[in-house]
This record gives sequence, C-alpha cells and structure tokens, in this order.
Amino acid sequence: MISLAQIPIPLIKIVVGLLGILIFIGLNGLACVYLERKVAGHIQRRPGPFEVGPHGILQPIADAVKLVAKQMITPKGADPILYWSAPIISFAPAIVCFLPLPFGPSLQNISINIGLIMVLAFSSLNVLALCLGGWSSQNKWSLLGAARDIAQSVAYEIPLLLSMLPIVLLTGSLNLADITAYQGAWPWQWLVVKQPLAFIIFFVCIFAETNRAPFDLPEAESELTAGFHTEYAGMGFGLFFLAEYSYMVVGCALATILFLGGYQGPVAPGWWWFLIKVYGLLMVMIWVRWSFPRVRFDQLLNLTWKWFTPLILINILITALVVKLI
Amino acid sequence: MSNYSKSQSIREGIWSLIVGLKITAKNFLKPTITVHYPRETVPTDKLEGYRGHIELVPKPKDPFTPKCIMCNLCATVCPSGCIKLVTVKEPIEEKSKSGTNTQEDKKTAKKKFKKKLVAFELNYNYCSLCGLCVQNCSVKSLRFSKDIYLAGYSKEEFEYDLLARLRAKAKVKSAKELPQKNSEG
Repeated sequence: MISLAQIPIPLIKIVVGLLGILIFIGLNGLACVYLERKVAGHIQRRPGPFEVGPHGILQPIADAVKLVAKQMITPKGADPILYWSAPIISFAPAIVCFLPLPFGPSLQNISINIGLIMVLAFSSLNVLALCLGGWSSQNKWSLLGAARDIAQSVAYEIPLLLSMLPIVLLTGSLNLADITAYQGAWPWQWLVVKQPLAFIIFFVCIFAETNRAPFDLPEAESELTAGFHTEYAGMGFGLFFLAEYSYMVVGCALATILFLGGYQGPVAPGWWWFLIKVYGLLMVMIWVRWSFPRVRFDQLLNLTWKWFTPLILINILITALVVKLI
Repeated sequence: MSNYSKSQSIREGIWSLIVGLKITAKNFLKPTITVHYPRETVPTDKLEGYRGHIELVPKPKDPFTPKCIMCNLCATVCPSGCIKLVTVKEPIEEKSKSGTNTQEDKKTAKKKFKKKLVAFELNYNYCSLCGLCVQNCSVKSLRFSKDIYLAGYSKEEFEYDLLARLRAKAKVKSAKELPQKNSEG
C-alpha cells in the first residue's frame, strides 16, 4: 500500500489544481450564462430571466439540470466515434489552458517558461473539435459551420499570434507570471499604454477565436440554425457551450495578463484584481455581442488580412527597433 | 477610391462602432419597458396603439345599442369571412299602438319593416386583424377593442357575439355608474 508521503507533491498539486479549475469552469459557466442573459435583456429593455429564484439567479442551474437530463441523440448516418469525441476534444484543452495562468501572486498551477505558447496551442485545438463535430453530423448546416470555422481560424490566428509578439519582445519572456511581474501596479504602468494597437487587435481576434458575435460565423443562428452544433443535444451541446465560455475566460485572462497587469492593482494585489479585470473584459464582450450585427465572411478576411496583419507587423518592427536601441 | 475618401470611410466606420456601443449602453441603463405578466398587467391607458379583436361602438346616448345600420359591408369586405350579422325584420307597429285600427293603417303597417340586429357574430379564430371592416364601416360602428389578455382552451371560446358583449359591458358600466349618481344626488 502506498502511503500519502510517497505521492510526489507536484502530482498532488496538479490534481488539486485541476479540481479547482473544473470547479471554476463550472461556476464560470453558470455565472456567464446568467450575466449574458441579464445584459442581453437589459440592453433590449426587458428584465431577462426572472422566474427561477430571486431575479432569476437560479435559472442557469435549472438550465444545467435540463441539459444533463436530456437524451443524447446520435443522428442517423453520423460517425459515432467522431461525433462524440468532438465535444470532448473541444472541452478538454480548455482545462489545460487554465494551468499556466497566474490568477494571483502565488496562485499559479504550473509555472512553465512557455506558458503563453501552451495556452495558444491548446486553445487552437478547439478548431479541430468544431471541424470534427460539423463533419461527422451528416448535416449541411453543421458542415457549412465547420467549413466556416476552418476558414475563420485561417483569418484570425495569424494576427492573434503576431499581436502577442510585441509583449514578448518587451518583457523577454513567455512565462505568464514573468509578464505580469514586468508590469506595475498602476494603470499607466501596464503594457496596454505601450502597446494600445496590439491590445485592440488582440481583443478583436479573441472575439473571432471564441466564435462570438460579431464573428460568430460558424454558429450563425439566423443562417445555419446553430452551425456546427446543430445536431448535438444534452451534454454534447453542454460541453461545447462550457468550452465556449471557458475559452472566453481564457482569452480575457490572457488579455488581462499581457496588457492589463494581471493580478496587479493599485491597492492590495491579488486574485480579486485579476477576476475584476477578466469579468470587466467579459462584460465588454457581451456588450459588443448585443450591439453589432454579424460580419460577412469577406469582411472578416479583409479586416484580418488587409488591416490587422500589416498593422501588427509594423507594430512589431517598431517595437523591435525600440527594444534594440534602448 | 482616393486615399482621402478611403481614410474618411475608415474613420466613419470606427465612429459608427462607437455610436452603436453608446446606444446599447444607454438602453442598458434605462428602466425596462416590459411587464412581469402574471403579476403585472399593462394598464388600459397605455394600450393606445393596441389592436385587439373588433368591437361594436355604442350610440353616444344609448350605450346598449350599437351605431350599426346593418349594411353588411363589414361581412362582405372581410377577407376571412369571419363576420356574420344576424338580423330579423320586425314590422313597425307604431300606428297600431295608437288604437285606431283603420284599413289604411293596416296596409302601411304590413309594408313597413324595420331591420333589427339580433347578433353580430365574429369568429376570431380566422380573423387576421387586417382592419378592413373598421376602415369600411360607413357609420364608424366598429373599432379595435383593448382586450389584450385573451386565452382559452377551445376554438369555440373565440366565437363571439359582439352585440351581447356590448350589452354586457354597458350593463356593467351602468351598474357602476348608478350608485355613484345616487350618492351624488
């Protein structure tokens, strides 16, 4: 029998961290659903969910119970292995993305020196999941959604990656904790002041990465019913949904770490500052979703290839020169 | 496209994004305009533009009889054919009441008839609320009601007799007004 002392400490750390992340993802999903529906309601001058619990606060739990209880249907002619692996492939990397994020000064699951690359690599796996789900559903809407998702990833991935390069050039590190430590406590010490263009491009690309309006082309409910997840019922859809909200948080957390000083704040630095910034950015994402119409495909490609890529390349060049000269 | 107009269109585009965000932010901060239905209802004075099913307009001095002259124009013009007027012909017996039954009076009494509205049937199931009947009514005897919270379990519940409805409403109204007048007097 193995005694507790024999279990290596890093393993215990990872298990505890993973549990914490799973709890965070679940709670975040509930909070985001409620936030999204309330904000959408009030923007449209209606109260939003109101019936379950005071001010509808228990509505997301009722929705979650409904999703879990629903029958999971595999459509006729669908490839069952690909079809059911897609939601898992979509959700599983989201957990890994949380591992290197420094939530607080000592609240980082694993401190690795390629944290940024790790988050980016695992978050782009979502495209594969969407592609598999859309392809294996044997449904034209799903297939069109999947095709759009692939094309979209071609559009946004390059400016997204390039927009982080100036930060890496300035800080000289890919470790997210080092990048946070490079910035100061006050807003004028944050990197958004030095790199406003990179921040804007990064944030817009996050919208495309998370398939959020105005770039929700793979889902496009008015054109493709629900795009790639048309055929999914119950927790199949639930996992896609959870993954979408997790990637939103990952995206906003990256924006916070890279540009807004992470957990640093004017008074009492800690994880609360991190969460305030992340949920502030999430509110902006929700606000944008209910403000702007969906763009057309060529408009997205024009924006990313004709504007963002050249602009960010110029930005990198200037940053590199400044870093080299000073 | 020249460089100048291109840069101008970009500036306008970015500005339009900010304007859009401003509009949604403003509306977000304003109070909601919907009501929590089972607990709250919309007060009738806020239903100006609401078009419920049609109803008969009473005569200004007699709330129990409609202005309707039974011309049947509404029933003819209705594209769904959901209006039906039930009328009877009643002989006018004014002279016979006076008590002098001469030969001449009997003749005229036989000739003169008066149409009387017995029922104004509306099958609301098929009504599309196009408003043609309201537009075409020659004496403005039709209007849209403000019945907003209509619900029922069967089709038959939406087959109305508008005349009976008018009378029932007038009865309720007069019953309400009478005690007031008495207390005033």
